[in-house]
Amino acid sequence: MDLDMGKYGFYVWGCYGATFVALSALVIASVRARSLQKTKLDALQDALKDVKSDI
Amino acid sequence: MSTKINVAPHAALSLLKRDLSLSLTRGGGPLLAVGFYLTLMAMIPLSLGSDSTTLSRVAPGLTWLSLALASLLSLERLFERDYEDGLFDILRLGPLPMEVIALLKCLAQWLGTGLMLAVLTPFVMIILGAPVDAAFISLIGAILGSLSFAIIGGIGASLSLGTRKGGVLIALLVLPFYVPPVIFGAGLMQAYLTGAPITQALSLLCAYALFALALGPIAMGAALKSALS
Amino acid sequence: MITWLANPERFTRVFAPIRPYIGGLAAVLFAWGLYLCFASPEDYQQGDTVRIMYLHVPAAWMAMMVYLIMGIASFFGLIFRHALADAAAKAAAPIGAVFTALALITGSLWGKPMWGTWWEWDGRMTSVLVLFLFYIGYIALHASIDDEVRAAKSTAILALVGLVNLPVIKFSVDWWNTLHQGASVVRMDGPTIAPEMLWPLLVMTAAFHALFVWLWLVRIDAEIITRRYRTLRARLSFQ
Repeated sequence: MDLDMGKYGFYVWGCYGATFVALSALVIASVRARSLQKTKLDALQDALKDVKSDI
Repeated sequence: MSTKINVAPHAALSLLKRDLSLSLTRGGGPLLAVGFYLTLMAMIPLSLGSDSTTLSRVAPGLTWLSLALASLLSLERLFERDYEDGLFDILRLGPLPMEVIALLKCLAQWLGTGLMLAVLTPFVMIILGAPVDAAFISLIGAILGSLSFAIIGGIGASLSLGTRKGGVLIALLVLPFYVPPVIFGAGLMQAYLTGAPITQALSLLCAYALFALALGPIAMGAALKSALS
Repeated sequence: MITWLANPERFTRVFAPIRPYIGGLAAVLFAWGLYLCFASPEDYQQGDTVRIMYLHVPAAWMAMMVYLIMGIASFFGLIFRHALADAAAKAAAPIGAVFTALALITGSLWGKPMWGTWWEWDGRMTSVLVLFLFYIGYIALHASIDDEVRAAKSTAILALVGLVNLPVIKFSVDWWNTLHQGASVVRMDGPTIAPEMLWPLLVMTAAFHALFVWLWLVRIDAEIITRRYRTLRARLSFQ
């Protein structure tokens, strides 16, 4: 494996860098959005359970 | 059922008449779009320089771009007021299907504003430096193009109904769909000015107008029904 | 099959257990593909820039495929009123927009050393740019309608209108390109692809697919959770 891209280094690593940044940002954003909603839902469901057991 | 068939053409005609007179008088009528069109025309030499060889080369393309942008202006109020007034709720009880109502409103708007812009197009193009003998073909092209712009624009207007973001959203939704008529229209002018055969560009422009006429009512009808439900 | 899975509860039950495996598959494929990308030899013509192709071609392919998937999901949402299809279309849009942006960025970075310009107005890149604008319009329309049901309907109509128009726009842009052939120096098709270049390309394409499916499932699940939260809140406020 030869990682020296010669005179094309900027272009090749630029592409791989941009792809890495964009895809990991998308992954992090998607996973975080889901877990945020999940916590909200769980909290609401817990609160409901407490209310019901009180009655 | 038979009365329905008899009533429908009358209803269509009266709706067209009403909308046409409204589009001519309401809020300054076509003045807004015409003023915008002429302002854009004036800005072009101011941004590119008054060199006549440069200007005459880009005149047809920039005229088409200005025509497309000017066609956007009146879209926001195409369905908005009737939607807020509740007129659509009355219209949908009538004999006309929503698709036809939407198409008639677009046609009225086109007759009121789009045709005015189309008539101006040869003058704009010539002032910008195109040869005078291109006037007729540019008028034909602009009539077909503004019809496509009006109907495709109607789709954007019906989709963004009641979103409060109005104009900018419509422009964002609609402009990518203006790509084919702009290409065919500017291509028609280029073909004419370079002496190439114009039939291909002209028939493509026609075909797109027909495509818009076929697709537009279906999409607008569905969007309006969804907005009213 | 689709109708059976259209129930959100059932969808979660079926896909929640296999989602981590798809994520793992994507990670493995990316690791393998990246190794192949740099282990494969240089192209005799393009040199090291051929390695850009292993990202650019899958990204461009996904840009189109995700739009197609969005259109199909919109169709099912609109005609059969499956709430899950609406969620699927909404969830796919940002992923498709990112893939499209990547196709444009890598294409530009490839174009500079190959053709000497950052941007060549050729038919292909112009069409991808218009596709990107379609994604932006779709996301903007969805964001500007508060009512979820109406937003789903309006964006579904927009996606279908876009899907019908895409071939027309592609044709018009190609036609425009032949009109202005004079200045163009771009020739992309070149010789048939060598097998040592085919493997990294195939593995990277598979990796992009797996990543898309995983991201899609995560986003659909987030959408289902959000809806459940909203209905629960709405029910609470009625009591």
